[in-house]
Amino acid sequence: MKHDVIIIGSGPAGLAAATELRRLGIRDVVVLEREQTAGGVPRHCGHPGFGWRECRRLLAGPAYAQRLVAGATGVDLRTGTTALRLEAGGRVHTISSTGPAVVEARHVLLAMGTRETPRSARLISGTRPWGVFTTGALQQLVYLAGVQPCTSAVIVGTELVSFSNLLTMRHARIRPLAMIEAGERIVAPRPGDWIARLAFGARVLTRSTLVAVHGEQRVSGVDIETPRGRETIECDGVVFSGGFVPETEIVRTSHLAIDPATGGPVVDQYGRCSDPAWFAAGNLLRPVEASWTAWSEGRAVAHAIAASLRGALPAPTHQTVLEAAGLVRYVCPQRLSHPSPLVPALRVNVRVSRAGRGRLRMTHGKRELWGQVRSMLPERRLLIPTVAGDFATLDRVVVDLALPAAR
Amino acid sequence: MLHDVAIVGGGVVGCAILRRLALGGLCCVMLEKGADILAGASKANSALLHTGFDAPTGSLELACMRAGYAEYHEIRDSLNLPLLRTGAVVVAWNDEDYARLAAIVEQAHANGVADVAQIDASMLYRLEPNLAPGALGAVQVPGERVIDAWSAPLAYAHQAIAHGAIIRRGCEVQGGERESDHWVLATAAGEVMARVVVNAAGLYGDHVERIARPAPFTIRPRKGQFVVFDKTAYPLVTAIVLPVPTERTKGVLVCRTAYGNLIVGPTAEEQDDRVNATVDQQALERLIANGRALVPALADHPVTAVYAGLRPATQFKDYQIEALPGEGWITVGGIRSTGLTGALGIAQHVAGLYVEHFGALDNAVTPIPTSVPNLAEDRPRPYAQANPGEIVCHCELVTRGEIEAALVGALPAGDLGGLKRRTRCAMGRCQGFYCSWRIAQLADGRLADVPQPTPMMRTA
Repeated sequence: MKHDVIIIGSGPAGLAAATELRRLGIRDVVVLEREQTAGGVPRHCGHPGFGWRECRRLLAGPAYAQRLVAGATGVDLRTGTTALRLEAGGRVHTISSTGPAVVEARHVLLAMGTRETPRSARLISGTRPWGVFTTGALQQLVYLAGVQPCTSAVIVGTELVSFSNLLTMRHARIRPLAMIEAGERIVAPRPGDWIARLAFGARVLTRSTLVAVHGEQRVSGVDIETPRGRETIECDGVVFSGGFVPETEIVRTSHLAIDPATGGPVVDQYGRCSDPAWFAAGNLLRPVEASWTAWSEGRAVAHAIAASLRGALPAPTHQTVLEAAGLVRYVCPQRLSHPSPLVPALRVNVRVSRAGRGRLRMTHGKRELWGQVRSMLPERRLLIPTVAGDFATLDRVVVDLALPAAR
Repeated sequence: MLHDVAIVGGGVVGCAILRRLALGGLCCVMLEKGADILAGASKANSALLHTGFDAPTGSLELACMRAGYAEYHEIRDSLNLPLLRTGAVVVAWNDEDYARLAAIVEQAHANGVADVAQIDASMLYRLEPNLAPGALGAVQVPGERVIDAWSAPLAYAHQAIAHGAIIRRGCEVQGGERESDHWVLATAAGEVMARVVVNAAGLYGDHVERIARPAPFTIRPRKGQFVVFDKTAYPLVTAIVLPVPTERTKGVLVCRTAYGNLIVGPTAEEQDDRVNATVDQQALERLIANGRALVPALADHPVTAVYAGLRPATQFKDYQIEALPGEGWITVGGIRSTGLTGALGIAQHVAGLYVEHFGALDNAVTPIPTSVPNLAEDRPRPYAQANPGEIVCHCELVTRGEIEAALVGALPAGDLGGLKRRTRCAMGRCQGFYCSWRIAQLADGRLADVPQPTPMMRTA
């Protein structure tokens, strides 16, 4: 039996898409979730800051996740079901508690989200004892398992997610000793550093790097290099935060194209992958945006999928490649498909590799198609208004950032 | 209780000796200082089963490797142990390397590995098309194998237990006295008495040896670091790709693992520390560059994990194995990087020494098949079978049933490392991002290093 839609992943993007597909009259929507509980990453973000735009309330992650699940009425939500392998033709090989199976749908939406880069892939020197975590692992240990995994810890990174660790640690009675940032300033907006110092008592060390982990069975300390020299901090925990990568393992072994710049699948403005029967949404597309963004992308792509099921979204006859250049690290979506019927679409978002003020522009050869002077930070995405119609005949458009000439 | 034999050290060598002597009908105990066995040199290596083609001709090491290689092939089915028939190629990248290939073949033949032959570059690239260009030729060693370096010694230990052997962990040997006809060993967990002591203490072999005599060798730990590439890299090479060895080191290899990854390593670094096998960022970066130089396509594959192990090398090249008949003591020291291959052969040799000096073994015992859970990718794992239940570790596809089984029984995991070695949990791409909490919950305080959940802290 061929389902209308299979959605892989039940985080904000997947559940928003499922809910919206049902609202649009699509009857047969299956969501596959490998965890035992649906809801995705917000399940273990035990701090407030979720749902303001989607639910008009300020919620903690677990409550937000529960609302998303409760809202997905009429959806065939299959938890404890792992998507193991993707096959052309909308086939998904799965494993669940009863064994292997193959499910099939006219369209598949990939919404597996993102995870952090662990210590090993960061090639951090030292021993490998218990006490080294990512933000996600720490949150789950604390909020899902009820473990106090350490008593004092150093946080590596200063993204917003890094600061969320302060709240997790307060809950678990872990003393945050320091936050460590390689850059000149913290990545999250100021006054994050003052809050960390004053409200949580953590030192914020910029232009510093963690160079080694010590300890045999448990962490006993870390070495950091600061502008003032090398320093050892005694602690029994280290949290590596941020460094998100899309959870794409099953995509990388499939027939679908991956963009090395985002680490996620290549998609067009409707979230369609290189095989137009397949769609993607949320933080699988690129690391990493707030749950609200993932949620709204899931909803937008649901409209595209519904249109496609109705025959109102024809397969592309021509595609314009959006190419990131210079200081622009990536562009997502990476393709603009033509024809481009009026269906809600993903907004073109870009990230730059360093802070600066300059002209963000889209060019074809020497011709500027669109441009705007913007102030940019590496950790903020920038949106480019939908311009697909103008590009219908172009094969390739370069997106870059022109900085004013140095004086 | 007076044991026939006490084996000091729960590494792969200790486990193999325990099995061999237990199968000989002896009453044996193995004393391990760690929270779990395989916690020293045996926990981190390249997991190769060597033919012995490049071992020193005429050495005890070669004899043990040849015997160990043969016995592994004989017993692996009954213990449910994997065998990847990868073969190896020793690749010459320059004229100097190339000139030495003939001698490698000659030595292999002298060592009794008859199927080793030199191949030309075109043949090499037919076998390994993803190898970097520029190879001049190679020696092909069809018999080299990849195995599961953790399941093998665990299987030896389990079979020993089935035959009555006792394994005591958290039982560091701190001293000992020779009474009239037996040893009284002082351990962290009280006295242990045995007629004969086998010193298989690996990285602490020289320390333990001083209980019986001034140590005739000094352990000089040699560290090897490895980089584990993502499972997507597994198809890039088939054979174990070796360089032409130098006087100092066998060099950096690229090979598959039984778990479906590709590894690059090891480094070879002398150090004094016997406990900590630290990884080092610069060395890891060099290994990655080295791997990419050998197999350029590795550049497209992420790093999953890194690890480092210590080999108990001594000032001598060969294994240091001997019996002290008057002392009731057998020394098994200096088992360097070939220990995984040599272990079963070493055990045969030790059994021979025991018979020669200390007493008879029962040769009529029928081994009880004790199959260990399969962790290798070349055969079905529990997740792919009917009713696998909950999958806890998504990267390595480890089921709750596997984890629960590893936490109970005759030899339950003692710490997180022990659980990883029994199940592969938390060893994949995410390194515990998704499953640490569930492991902590299931372990519920039974692993020495993982804190126990305290329900009052939960909010969700």
